[in-house]
Amino acid sequence: MILVYVETSAEGIQEVSLETVTFARTLSEAGNGVPIDAVVVGPAPNDLSTELASYGVRNVHHASGDDFDLFSGAATASAVIAARQVAGSVVVMAGGTNRGNEVVARVATRLDVPMAANVVSFHGLSPFVVTRQVVGGAALEEMRLGKRPAVFSVAGHAVEPVPAETPGAGSIVPLAVDLAPEDLLGRVTSVEGADTDDADSLKSARVVVGAGRGAGGPDGFGDVIELAELLGGTLGVSRVVTSLGWRPHHEQVGQTGSRISPEVYIPCGISGAIQHWAGCASSKVILAINTDAEAPMMTKATYAVVGDMHEVVPAINEEIRRRRG
Amino acid sequence: MTDVLVCVKRVPDFSGEVLLTEDAQSADARFVGYTMSNHDQCAVELGVQVAAATDGQVTVLSIGTADSVEQLRSALGVGATAAVLVEADPVALGPADVAHEIAQVVSERDYGLVLLGNDAADSGDFQVGIRLGHELSRPVVTGVQTLSVDGDTVSARADGPDGREKYSVPLPAVVTVMEGGVEPRYPTITGRMKAKKVEVENRSLSREPVGSGRVKLTLPPPTPTNAEVLGEGPETAKVVVDLLQKLGVTR
Ligand SMILES: Cc1cc2nc3c(=O)[nH]c(=O)nc-3n(C[C@H](O)[C@H](O)[C@H](O)COP(=O)(O)OP(=O)(O)OC[C@H]3O[C@@H](n4cnc5c(N)ncnc54)[C@H](O)[C@@H]3O)c2cc1C
Ligand SMILES: Nc1ncnc2c1ncn2[C@@H]1O[C@H](COP(=O)(O)O)[C@@H](O)[C@H]1O
Repeated sequence: MILVYVETSAEGIQEVSLETVTFARTLSEAGNGVPIDAVVVGPAPNDLSTELASYGVRNVHHASGDDFDLFSGAATASAVIAARQVAGSVVVMAGGTNRGNEVVARVATRLDVPMAANVVSFHGLSPFVVTRQVVGGAALEEMRLGKRPAVFSVAGHAVEPVPAETPGAGSIVPLAVDLAPEDLLGRVTSVEGADTDDADSLKSARVVVGAGRGAGGPDGFGDVIELAELLGGTLGVSRVVTSLGWRPHHEQVGQTGSRISPEVYIPCGISGAIQHWAGCASSKVILAINTDAEAPMMTKATYAVVGDMHEVVPAINEEIRRRRG
Repeated sequence: MTDVLVCVKRVPDFSGEVLLTEDAQSADARFVGYTMSNHDQCAVELGVQVAAATDGQVTVLSIGTADSVEQLRSALGVGATAAVLVEADPVALGPADVAHEIAQVVSERDYGLVLLGNDAADSGDFQVGIRLGHELSRPVVTGVQTLSVDGDTVSARADGPDGREKYSVPLPAVVTVMEGGVEPRYPTITGRMKAKKVEVENRSLSREPVGSGRVKLTLPPPTPTNAEVLGEGPETAKVVVDLLQKLGVTR
């Protein structure tokens, strides 16, 4: 049996968990149809069963109650291990979020087996060999998982989430977990929603204007911010910009920042390193502005303008204002 | 007083192009040089802050080639006061090996708090901190951006899926750090001078490594290039705004 740790939030099942279940189905097919079970820990959305059933899940092991209301990595791992014992799984997987990676790392550690983070594909079941992203996706590693269960996380966007042709039962099975006192030591004590609004507006923006090292310094963002305002959009930046302290981290786009999917992304002075690309690749249209016509962002974009962002962007702003009169 | 151990890994500087060594076992840093991961840099910064606030000391630890002294010195330059190098061939080590070596050092001394990066910039295993906590039977909190120590408790904040999460964990503990909460400081001249004088303690591996299961590294196929070049310089503004209008994002 294949066990998938499914992450849920107030809004429902996380996209990456549905991607992971989809990945699990290809694994199941290669293994002559071994069933897929899910484990959900803590408060769950109402349509949990229906949605997971449509993705081909057989049983949904659900651990709930006071101990699981707030996240604890150790308690969650105990729940996953308990579900694995009930169902006798040979594979344990999760989506490659920080949380998913944490949970599978804890499960692998407790079971004394290896763990592969951010897997994109698998080749062969015995030996179980996977390919995973390293260096934020700039390189791939072929890795052997030599012990059972095979424990790994699936990189975000590695597969499209697709419902199954034949749905599963999706039966909710209450999961009893024997927690040790240590399981609750490292537990979240409170969650504040407010401060993530900024990153949320970046993720849902129709237009994002990006700025990288080409901005030149903390004072180099005036024009791009103006362009973002003119287009009713938001500013997004590269990691160089946040690392240098020019702009706050919640504005960062990429592997270790937000993943955006606007109608139009306008990266200015951003080279387009793969870790940045990981966060903006699902933009519908990319219009890159860069002095270097050969920069990866310029060749991968839909449209490119060669030039100094400090000349091109003000000219665009001016033209927009002129047409609006 | 909280004595802190911060674990830092020497990694290739990936701000440029990523190349692989001929044996496909690691990234080739010949042309790009080496650095410390952003997460590890933030862990050093938090360690220095905690030590300063509690009159404690910061020790930095790296496991790798003798050249990792460079990363240890840069941490010494910003406020760490002692450094330990476990010399080993990094290609032979897996996350369980690294955790085991760190655990040896911790169990010999009294570090109330061990800080690591959430994930290494090169191997991205997301697990050394967790394996370490397990080996030491200590609680682990991951992905922390800011933290402070008050008596026997470490309070930490992390960016979770539903917002800012707070943790409050009894010491001794292991915490893994994510960039974004603090600005790593730059070394001062006196800091650099002090760093040079510190004697780095050398150790060797305590056991035969089990390895990482790595078969080989490859590079992903390049994304197809199909950009339409609209033009050069500020004169393109008109064409750009025509396009933005066509795309329906400006009037
Ligand atoms: C594990 C890991 C995770 C990472 N996560 C992220 C992430 O989440 N997000 C991210 O962005 N990066 C991330 N990175 C870093 C990434 O590898 C790059 O270093 C970074 O994206 C480069 O930022 P940049 O494009 O602003 O700077 P540079 O690469 O220095 O590029 C600057 C660009 O600006 C152009 N330019 C200069 N002056 C001008 C001008 N006046 N007008 C126009 N163009 C100009 C240059 O031609 C160049 O193309 C990560 C790296 C690792 C190893
Ligand atoms: N060779 C090493 N030496 C010192 N610390 C390390 C080493 N490898 C990993 N670490 C620490 O463990 C963190 C997580 O690494 P990983 O689990 O491999 O992604 C890193 O950010 C470092 O803080």
